[in-house]
Amino acid sequence: MKKILTTLAAAATLALSLSGLAHADRSYDVAPNAKHQQECSSCHVAYPPGLLPAASWARIMGGLSKHYGTDASLDEASTQEIGAWLKAHAGNDKRAREEPPQDRISKASWFVRKHDEVSAATWKRASVGSAANCSACHSGAAKGDFNEHAVRIPK
Amino acid sequence: MSYLKFFALATPLALALLSTPAQAQTPAEQLAAYVAQSGQPAQAARGQEFFTTKHGKDWSCSSCHTAKPTVDGKHASTGKLITPMAPAANAQRFTDAAKTEKWFRRNCNDVVGRECTATEKADVISWLLTLKP
Repeated sequence: MKKILTTLAAAATLALSLSGLAHADRSYDVAPNAKHQQECSSCHVAYPPGLLPAASWARIMGGLSKHYGTDASLDEASTQEIGAWLKAHAGNDKRAREEPPQDRISKASWFVRKHDEVSAATWKRASVGSAANCSACHSGAAKGDFNEHAVRIPK
Repeated sequence: MSYLKFFALATPLALALLSTPAQAQTPAEQLAAYVAQSGQPAQAARGQEFFTTKHGKDWSCSSCHTAKPTVDGKHASTGKLITPMAPAANAQRFTDAAKTEKWFRRNCNDVVGRECTATEKADVISWLLTLKP
């Protein structure tokens, strides 16, 4: 009997920790940084820091004058502040440790896998435009909410 | 001693105030600052031409800001909404000199492949100021 109870307790603990992990896996909700929000969201959703590893963020912040085809250069103080914040909150779970090609979130294997049911035609819709436009389908993206149950793909 | 202390505090403050003509906070003041830097009057028609034509690269200013920027524009690659550039349609525009400089630097690099001159900036702002929604 004692053995069964111990097993049950262990299973419950495991289940709880797994659900905790699964939840943490989906949530990138960290206390926002005003500078990061203001500067990065001028052109796109201020991608949550947990979506890339620290090494990727460091390369991005070191090359802002050539940022995916545009000059996104910032003054030194802002670059330092945002860089430090991204580093502190960078992704460090198993999947976010991967440094994707060109440091593009959309090239990470977890991203590709999570979006494999989205057809090429859907990505090209005017209402979507590109994989950079998270908010087209994830209305909570700006707040770090990418819960798949809340996804609404626009026509 | 208290005089010394006063000057020690007041001098840097006065210098800071004097040395920031670029911190103009209305579109008209920012235009005046660029005209002064340029040394010639701004020409709205030339600003429109500059804004709406390509300069040997993929984009013109109007690729993202539209050809008559009293309306919303859209970022050419991310699709993000860009609020109107004309001050008459958007009271936030050209009210923060550092922000104006930041965006001229970036966008001129993207569109023209170099930074814009004070004359080009003055021309563009003077044209934007003629636009009414």
